[in-house]
Amino acid sequence: MSDQNSHDDLVPSTFEDEPIANPGLPPHVWRPTDVDPKAEKRAERQVAAFFGLSILCAILFLVSYFVFHVGSDWNTVGGLGASNVALGVFLGGALLFIGIGIIQWARKLMGDHEIVEYRHPARSSEEDREATIAALNAGLEESGIGRRPLVRNTLLGAVGILALPAVVMLRDLGPLPGDKLKHTIWTKGMRVVRDVVGTPILVSDLEIGDLVNALPEALFPTEENGYPEIEGVELQQQKVKAAVILNRMLPDEIVSQQTLNWSVNGIVCYSKICTHVGCPISLNERTTHHLLCPCHQSTFDLTDSGKVIFGPAGHALPQLPLAVDSDGYLIAQSDFTEPVGPSFWERDPS
Amino acid sequence: MSIDTSKVAASNTTTAATAKKPSKAGAAAAWADDRLGLATAMKKNLRKVFPDHWSFMLGEIALWSFVVLLLSGVFLTLWFTPSMGEVTYQGSYDPLRGVTVSEAYNSALKLSFDVRGGLLMRQMHHWAAMVFIAAMMIHLLRVYFTGAFRKPRELNWVIGCLLLLLGTLEGFTGYSLPDDLLSGTGIRAADGFMKSIPLVGSYLSFFLFGGEFPGDAIIPRLFTIHVLLIPGLLLALIAAHMLLLVYHKHTQWPGPGRTEQNVVGFPMLPVYAAKAGGFFFIVFGVTSIMGGLLSINPVWKFGPYDPTKVTAGSQPDWYMGWPDGALRIMPGWEFGIFGHTFPFNVFLPIIVLPGLMFTILLLLPFIENWVTGDKRDHHLLQRPRNAPTRTAVMVSLMTFYGLMWAAGGNDIIAIKLHASINQITYFMRAAVFIGPAIAFFITRRWCISLQRHDNETLLHGYETGIIMRSPEGGYSERHLPVSPARAYSMTARERDELPALEGETDANGIPTPGSRSQKVKAKLATMMYADNVQKPTPEELEEAHHHVDHENELQAGLDHPADGHQFDGHHLVDEEHLRSH
Repeated sequence: MSDQNSHDDLVPSTFEDEPIANPGLPPHVWRPTDVDPKAEKRAERQVAAFFGLSILCAILFLVSYFVFHVGSDWNTVGGLGASNVALGVFLGGALLFIGIGIIQWARKLMGDHEIVEYRHPARSSEEDREATIAALNAGLEESGIGRRPLVRNTLLGAVGILALPAVVMLRDLGPLPGDKLKHTIWTKGMRVVRDVVGTPILVSDLEIGDLVNALPEALFPTEENGYPEIEGVELQQQKVKAAVILNRMLPDEIVSQQTLNWSVNGIVCYSKICTHVGCPISLNERTTHHLLCPCHQSTFDLTDSGKVIFGPAGHALPQLPLAVDSDGYLIAQSDFTEPVGPSFWERDPS
Repeated sequence: MSIDTSKVAASNTTTAATAKKPSKAGAAAAWADDRLGLATAMKKNLRKVFPDHWSFMLGEIALWSFVVLLLSGVFLTLWFTPSMGEVTYQGSYDPLRGVTVSEAYNSALKLSFDVRGGLLMRQMHHWAAMVFIAAMMIHLLRVYFTGAFRKPRELNWVIGCLLLLLGTLEGFTGYSLPDDLLSGTGIRAADGFMKSIPLVGSYLSFFLFGGEFPGDAIIPRLFTIHVLLIPGLLLALIAAHMLLLVYHKHTQWPGPGRTEQNVVGFPMLPVYAAKAGGFFFIVFGVTSIMGGLLSINPVWKFGPYDPTKVTAGSQPDWYMGWPDGALRIMPGWEFGIFGHTFPFNVFLPIIVLPGLMFTILLLLPFIENWVTGDKRDHHLLQRPRNAPTRTAVMVSLMTFYGLMWAAGGNDIIAIKLHASINQITYFMRAAVFIGPAIAFFITRRWCISLQRHDNETLLHGYETGIIMRSPEGGYSERHLPVSPARAYSMTARERDELPALEGETDANGIPTPGSRSQKVKAKLATMMYADNVQKPTPEELEEAHHHVDHENELQAGLDHPADGHQFDGHHLVDEEHLRSH
């Protein structure tokens, strides 16, 4: 007997000042399957039956795989797709029944005698410790690392400076920000067009309270408007910064002088990108002209320079100065006068 | 082997494993040992003892769901294309046919609609990820509440915390990959988070995204992190976690015959291996059924990512919910510093707070140990009530987490309860500070009450529910002593001892260095322990039993089972016995 004992052995208790003595492990109780051959046979059949059910499920899984088509009937069975439901349930069954069978086997048929093992302290023995420390000291002594500070310090310096190539190697992960975050594609006289379709917008197109998602015309280049070709990554990057919303209100509802100056017949134009962390803002309160960001509920007052009236955003929504061109379409007076989107260190806080 | 196997089911062998003729398994083992020399290590470990308790299964759920993640994840990589290149969707899902989407989104749709079992694997992968993180968290709570993190297991606590952190990051990088509208919104927010870091924020953002957001690099980069970097670290840490578990041997609950020096339970081979192996199939099977029946992350309904679009009710996966809640209830404090903008309203809740909370979690065992000065090894678990301050600390942290998490759903709460989102937010701002404090005090007093109740039970017996009427007409409830086994289990715990103060002044009356920290420690230890109820001393127990005996004598005439029908002539009760414990 090494360190395993029969569970009946009484193990000494360790609690100081013990009010109640350790009664020792309770005696082992035989299970019905240990003493009754009928119960044992029954348990054996149960376990085998579970494994059999697993086989059945696996076969049904294979059948479902070939019978059901995914693409054409993805919406059947409560919107989940017949194929997905059948494959999931039968694969689940095939796995579950193996698991249940094995556990039933362990509980009913495998030995259920608890055994005792003694613990050893996590630490090594005192001898081992001393021997290790002696070996460590001998090694350090022979290397002379303590006696030769010049060697040690230059080595530390050499290894330490290796961090620089490792960090500098990451430099080409991306270009430097430069002033990219501070400008958008909007320029003086650029038409404000509807997103998706790219058609220009007349003042009369908007009713009081309407909210229209819009983009600069430069993102819909045609031969007619003469803007340069833009697509892929660059299109997405410009879209992120240039997206705006148009909102029409009665001119006398406008509170701030600047908002009034930059509006056209009560139509105001603001960046669509939340100044908190950059979600597109889309929830419009028609009567109050408040705009709510669905991500973190920052609320901006469109009548008053996009001021934050609720929520975690730190500064107002940038307003795009609007004008009307000779054809009566809405155009920008200029680019945004401040960076759009989430705040960043280099942004001018005024 | 002194184990009596005479009655073990006849289907099992009744002789010891070292049979006269070498078995097939023996021959295979010999072949392997000739080359690997594993017999020395396996000699003890094949029959290594694992104690049994339902709560020891929680970590196992995490382990097995990680295996499910590896298996289903490998399947997904066979079809998934981690690219942001634009293609026109031409697959089976009608509503999106002809739409320009990224290759990542295109292949996620292909997996969902044109690969048989692909949707199942996608949903299983997502469900298993949620189960993985949930199981890790509940396992962490179990370990903390029962004191299983104490010496010598502190390092395994640290590894476990790292696993939780990495698991969370793995989850975020994973659900961001399909490039759908919801996950894209999450990445967009993450870009805002990074930009909030002073000095380097916009540089970090440009480096991660390979230029301005969104760029075309983020999905491939997240993919490498998701399938190579973090899983590698997770695997290594899980291996270390398990090795340490085996080396330390599992903790166990105190009970008759179960002490600090031993571990009582079933041997690994066959019982524990079968139970754990069987449980793997159960976790796998349950995940399959969830993948089949419970829709999750239907990216085809969200549509492809478009930086100008968003859906109402945008929320991250649940485990990212609590920092999102902090972000929502944070006041909009943005500071200007020498011509620079410091977005403290984003930096504090999303960069500082999670890091701070994680550090606190990591340090909990060391803080407790610093206060108690306890240097002993602990292998017996404690009931949460027997460490009232510790339990209260965790309940307090849980309350903070829960309130933050609820704040992350403030829009949903507002809609469901028809309440004002402004008022919910203002309420939450206060609640995240007041709630944990209230939870701390209630939990601590509750634990102490439970300790008192335990002592009451030990000294005066358990309440039988039988009401006795004395000849004078007074009523009293009859108490009976608990069984010795239960009484032992209830008292098998240490008495809390205040750490001895090291000499505050030296021989010349000059304060010894470090005596201030000694005083702080002493004060903290007093706060931690002073109100705890200690188990009765043998004398107290003796006296109480004496008292009970005396009372029983007085009640000798009444000493019979009472079911309320003694005197109404329904039946005789002389032969009936009360349940014996």
